[in-house]
Amino acid sequence: MNYSDATIWLIIVALGSGTFLIRFSFLGLIGNRRLPDWALRHLRYTAVAVMPGLVAPLVVWPQATGGATDLPRILAAAATLGVGLTTRNVLASITAGAATLYTMLWLLG
Amino acid sequence: MSRSRDHFWRGFRNGAPFLLVVVPFALLFGVVATEAGLDLLKVMGFSVLVIAGASQFAALQLMTDNAPVLMVLATALAVNMRMAMYSASLTPYLGAAPLWQRALAAYFLVDQSYAVSIAEYEKRPEMSVRDRVVYFFGTMTPVCIPWYVATYVGAAVGARIPEAWALDFAVPITFLAIIAPALRTFAHVGAALVSIAVALSLSFLPYNSGLLIAAALAMMVGAEIERQTTRRAARRKETKA
Repeated sequence: MNYSDATIWLIIVALGSGTFLIRFSFLGLIGNRRLPDWALRHLRYTAVAVMPGLVAPLVVWPQATGGATDLPRILAAAATLGVGLTTRNVLASITAGAATLYTMLWLLG
Repeated sequence: MSRSRDHFWRGFRNGAPFLLVVVPFALLFGVVATEAGLDLLKVMGFSVLVIAGASQFAALQLMTDNAPVLMVLATALAVNMRMAMYSASLTPYLGAAPLWQRALAAYFLVDQSYAVSIAEYEKRPEMSVRDRVVYFFGTMTPVCIPWYVATYVGAAVGARIPEAWALDFAVPITFLAIIAPALRTFAHVGAALVSIAVALSLSFLPYNSGLLIAAALAMMVGAEIERQTTRRAARRKETKA
């Protein structure tokens, strides 16, 4: 990470204020006016639209291996996703992913 | 007076199970942010000022790549856009509360408090605005206070964790664990697949700008699939009637 202290604080404060404004938007400023359906429809998908795209390159080209695709990490990602889809439990899913990663690193490492 | 205390504690009890998710998540943020090179004050700055785990991890990830500030902010704020929806859906219930209470509730508007509160408001339409505000603060207490504390603990121990623990992969695993339960419908799955495909194929673009394009396209695909699905369901109902 090559940012100056001031830049890092700028990021923290701007992200904090921006996030607050998003949360405050309707409660505080817009009041009881209803959001149009098309806007609600798009907002519903923001999280699943951003996070998979963010995580995919990290899984396929991990930083720890200098970007080379790595079997333990792919399997760990698959286990996390699989357990998450079947149990809908975040903690179980993280545990499965971590257990797979460590087992595979130990077996193949 | 005792009634309003009842509302607080009912909210508290309903929010308490989320401790199991929030504490490890915050610990992990503290550890990963410290390993990435942030000092204690900055790590706490994130958890106190932003108080939104997924976007904090997103910002941290892009900062590790030295992405431009605007890209870091755009991506992390995009992760939080869903909260505009929470804000809109709480407004009919909390909109009549005093401004300072709404502002405070907005600051603490996290996924868990939202989910628990909106379910309660729908179930008990007889609650007064005051009861609802009190209930909301009850739900957020066992979520947000442990969030700060566990971040601090994570940051404090983070510097002492050896590299062999492969914590580089903690962020992807955490993200995947959050995404999986969110893939509730075909529309959500469609959006996620588009996001992955476009982000990977545009990864050559500078400053992670491929991710923003991927997110915009994925959102449109999700919304469009939903629109078609509802329309088809409505048509089916019509023919039956």
